[in-house]
Amino acid sequence: MTTTVTSHRSRPPAQPASLRARRLPWYAAPAIAVAALALSAVIVYGAGIGGPVLVVVLGAVLYLVGLFAAANAVEGRRSARNRTWSALIHSAFVLAVLPLVSVVWTLVSKGTERLDANFFQTSMNNIGARDANGGAYHAIVGTLEQVGIATLITVPLGVLCAIYIVEYGRGKFAFAIRFFVDVMTGIPSIVSGLFVLAFWVLIVSPWFNDGRPSFSGFAAALALSVLMLPTIVRSTEEMLRLVPAPLREGAYALGVPKWKTILRVVLPTALPGIVTGVMLAIARAAGETAPVLLVAGGGAAINTNPFENNQSSLSLFVYQQAGDASKYAPARAWTAALTLVALVLILTIAAKLLARRNRLSR
Amino acid sequence: MAKRVEASNVTAYYGGFKAIENINLTVEPKTVTALIGPSGCGKSTFLRSINRMHEVLPGARVEGSLTIDDQDIYDRDVDVTAVRRMIGMVFQRPNPFPTMSIFENVVAGLKLNGVRRKSILDEAAEKALRSANLWDEVKDRLGKPGAGLSGGQQQRLCIARTIAVEPQVVLMDEPCSALDPISTLAIEDLMFQLKDKFTIIIVTHNMQQAARVSDRTAFFSIEKTGDPGRLIEYDNTQKIFSNPSVKKTEDYITGRFG
Repeated sequence: MTTTVTSHRSRPPAQPASLRARRLPWYAAPAIAVAALALSAVIVYGAGIGGPVLVVVLGAVLYLVGLFAAANAVEGRRSARNRTWSALIHSAFVLAVLPLVSVVWTLVSKGTERLDANFFQTSMNNIGARDANGGAYHAIVGTLEQVGIATLITVPLGVLCAIYIVEYGRGKFAFAIRFFVDVMTGIPSIVSGLFVLAFWVLIVSPWFNDGRPSFSGFAAALALSVLMLPTIVRSTEEMLRLVPAPLREGAYALGVPKWKTILRVVLPTALPGIVTGVMLAIARAAGETAPVLLVAGGGAAINTNPFENNQSSLSLFVYQQAGDASKYAPARAWTAALTLVALVLILTIAAKLLARRNRLSR
Repeated sequence: MAKRVEASNVTAYYGGFKAIENINLTVEPKTVTALIGPSGCGKSTFLRSINRMHEVLPGARVEGSLTIDDQDIYDRDVDVTAVRRMIGMVFQRPNPFPTMSIFENVVAGLKLNGVRRKSILDEAAEKALRSANLWDEVKDRLGKPGAGLSGGQQQRLCIARTIAVEPQVVLMDEPCSALDPISTLAIEDLMFQLKDKFTIIIVTHNMQQAARVSDRTAFFSIEKTGDPGRLIEYDNTQKIFSNPSVKKTEDYITGRFG
């Protein structure tokens, strides 16, 4: 901004006599912060208008004003602006991270109460309202199977679809596919659950089940696939487009066929990014409750067969326990939520490590 | 090994834009031929049409005939990958495969075309790296990533990668334009050695380089922007640089135009 103003002046700014300029001492910023907080505390509590939150907010505003004034007086206008904007950017970062830290803290502090061996070894079968035991074994099995099957379906499909769009697709057809993938991104999870309920559970599943419709973990996996597919296609597409054209040409010039160039040169180069996209899709799918409730039905007992009968999942377990009247239920819900977050985190770290081991540089 | 390249009435398009028109040119085996001319005159387009890399871009096509020892490479039943294996190409910017080690980069052409035997790959890698004057610099770190080498080394790695598949013609599209003088010298020396085995066609903007390395020189030019590039003069390098028969060539070489 300063430069714009300068350029509009009729004569150039005077050259400073020296390259050195006066600087605020290192302790100035923390001192201003302490002073601002103290002043804000005096104002807030003196006027009796609020609590510690208001003290921090008012303190931050006072700090920005004080910092600008001090820097402006000692270091000059440009430096004052620089300091103020830096402080604003740092505050924005803190504001953005605050909810995340709060969520993790809440999860850990409340989730550890039932974080015992019993929780991971038992289901909710025959657990009454006065029973402090009960666990999420059935829900963990359900989440792993449903998300696993959904991943097996969507990763090949999504990656191949993205390869088609980037490497082969020309004209209207590829454009139409891209458009519908974009539309799919916006499908609410309940709609994908309804779709699978109407299509798979009510129409297809009776064929395998003596004519009676049946809930199953596989149906939930199908619903999750509908949600995961667009994320994987779009992220893979972006990553494939980032692979430089000279790499493809280098391979073509060696007489390597196009399909082999894609398989052995383009995909490995884009792999870390594709893995990130897949993990985002998995994380989203693992957290979905509504479709699982609609087409897998939930259930209290352990069911390791994803193709028959009701299955639960961790997010569904959280939903059901959080709404349960038993006084032991909230603790189970928190621990299940913590388990779910930890599961996604472990999967993400494992996938990143695997993808990194395969690449040499960058 | 080396083969004769013969172009007759080659015309190349990018969609509706005609980039070069009616190029007629014969390149003898085991020679270095330089293509020179101002930017946008179609040298690279012509070079890329020799190994059918031109058609990789959407909408690009070539008319006319291009023969390698009397086989028309634009025949309908010609396998593009076979053409490209016979006619290798080195690009302007070094483009080693980032996910592969130095060794894997050199043998990429063989490996991706189905050669699996470790002993054959080892032998081919050493031979190609020695031919590219890179062996001594990388023999102790063949497992390290190819992208970790310096620019000049990367370009020599790309040359090694190209000659590892034992092509008969090697095309070079301004191979030294991104390199420092010492690396350039190394690659020019390399061209002298490679001439014994391969037919080399090089596009260059550097006229001293064309004069130093080539036996024959082709001068391309355009009338004005938007016109197709044409071959103006094609003769022995010495003749082109000392006594060209076309006025336009002389103007270009002496720096009066382009």
